Amino acid sequence: MTRVHDMGGRFGDGPVVPEPQGMAEFKADWHKGALALTVAAGGLGKWNIDIGRHARESLSVKDYTAFSYYEKWIAALADLLVETGVVSAGELASGQAIGRSDQEPVTGERIARSIAQGGPATRDSDIAPAFVVGDTVRTRRPAANRLIEGGHTRLPQYAAGAQGRILLQHGAHVLPDSNAHRLGDAAEPLYTVVFKASELWAAPEHRGDEVTLDLWQSYLEPA
Amino acid sequence: MTGLIATVGLMPHDHSEHPHALLPPDPALRVKALETILTGKGLITPGALDEIIDTYQNRIGPQNGADVVARAWSDADFRLALLKDATPVVADLGYYGRQGEHMVVVENTPEQHNMVVCTLCSCYPWPLLGIPPGWYKSDAYRARAVREPRKVLADFGVTLPRGTAVRVWDSTAEVRYLVLPMRPEGSEGLGREDLARLVTRDSMIGTGLALAPGGGA
Repeated sequence: MTRVHDMGGRFGDGPVVPEPQGMAEFKADWHKGALALTVAAGGLGKWNIDIGRHARESLSVKDYTAFSYYEKWIAALADLLVETGVVSAGELASGQAIGRSDQEPVTGERIARSIAQGGPATRDSDIAPAFVVGDTVRTRRPAANRLIEGGHTRLPQYAAGAQGRILLQHGAHVLPDSNAHRLGDAAEPLYTVVFKASELWAAPEHRGDEVTLDLWQSYLEPA
Repeated sequence: MTGLIATVGLMPHDHSEHPHALLPPDPALRVKALETILTGKGLITPGALDEIIDTYQNRIGPQNGADVVARAWSDADFRLALLKDATPVVADLGYYGRQGEHMVVVENTPEQHNMVVCTLCSCYPWPLLGIPPGWYKSDAYRARAVREPRKVLADFGVTLPRGTAVRVWDSTAEVRYLVLPMRPEGSEGLGREDLARLVTRDSMIGTGLALAPGGGA
């Protein structure tokens, strides 16, 4: 029903270890390369952000658990490059380019522009908002992609079937459940929904505490 | 190959070998191999990689968010505009771009403390805070922040008054959240640049508080 990345609420992970303030530091030189290659290869335009996330989530449970953060990135990048035909299995196995591409290269100038411009997720949509701020809603259950079995979704399992209240409206955003599988933007209204901690957890720390999630309209029904 | 390209990403492929297994296991060698292949094919220039590293190692970091917070503390109109619709307000200051296209700023008060997490991956407001610190991407933070935020805050040495409720924002879409921490006591009369120095990265994620003038949290 869910994948290894969907870990919100899980027990057993131990303490969170703070780090010095300021710019986050790269702990190894190859971390820089992993970040740079992933961002640059995204500039080739062969996949979108949701396909990229789904590639990381689709690593085997064993790999996802064993890999450090940037190891996940680099493994998912290698998978995507081969699956989109940008790099061949032979090239990956040999570690060498076989022939040159005729595609326009991703240059420093191009990537600087794409970092500065970003890629908004808002789209025009024919789907009218079904909820307004203050409405009570319930999330669907189980938390699963309804288009593709085992597919990408952004409703965490800890919030499946939970009752909450619409807190913010964000207009229509690209639906990851569709976009991650090349089924189109399928943009629909996006909301921030607030849940009481007691709605989500057996032993909430404090009765006033809350959790919010950003949820698409099709994840929600009136309650 | 075109048939393959057309179907990539359509279905999860849990039963086939993942191509990354063709790479050597050592991560540094994996990165080197991919860099050699992609630059060798002429798909990515070394300058592109240098640009990305320089951007996130040297240029874009939490000083951007601290500037925004200091302005909000100093200018009531700016604060109101920021809380109402942050994206154009921070974009006017040049803080816009990848992973910051849809910004929401949430304000801490004596009644409510805000804290940001991404339980499903590691979504983070890059144009305002740079790339996330290791702990933000850790399984422990992702797993625990939503269920036991007060125990996570204790890991950071932060204890909230019992009268303060915690609201944890799980960033599940492309909306990115920045916490506007409470202005510390004793900071009256400080200029914007001095105020910005009190604003830590963690205080804008909600795992810390702004520093008190003269040191200490």
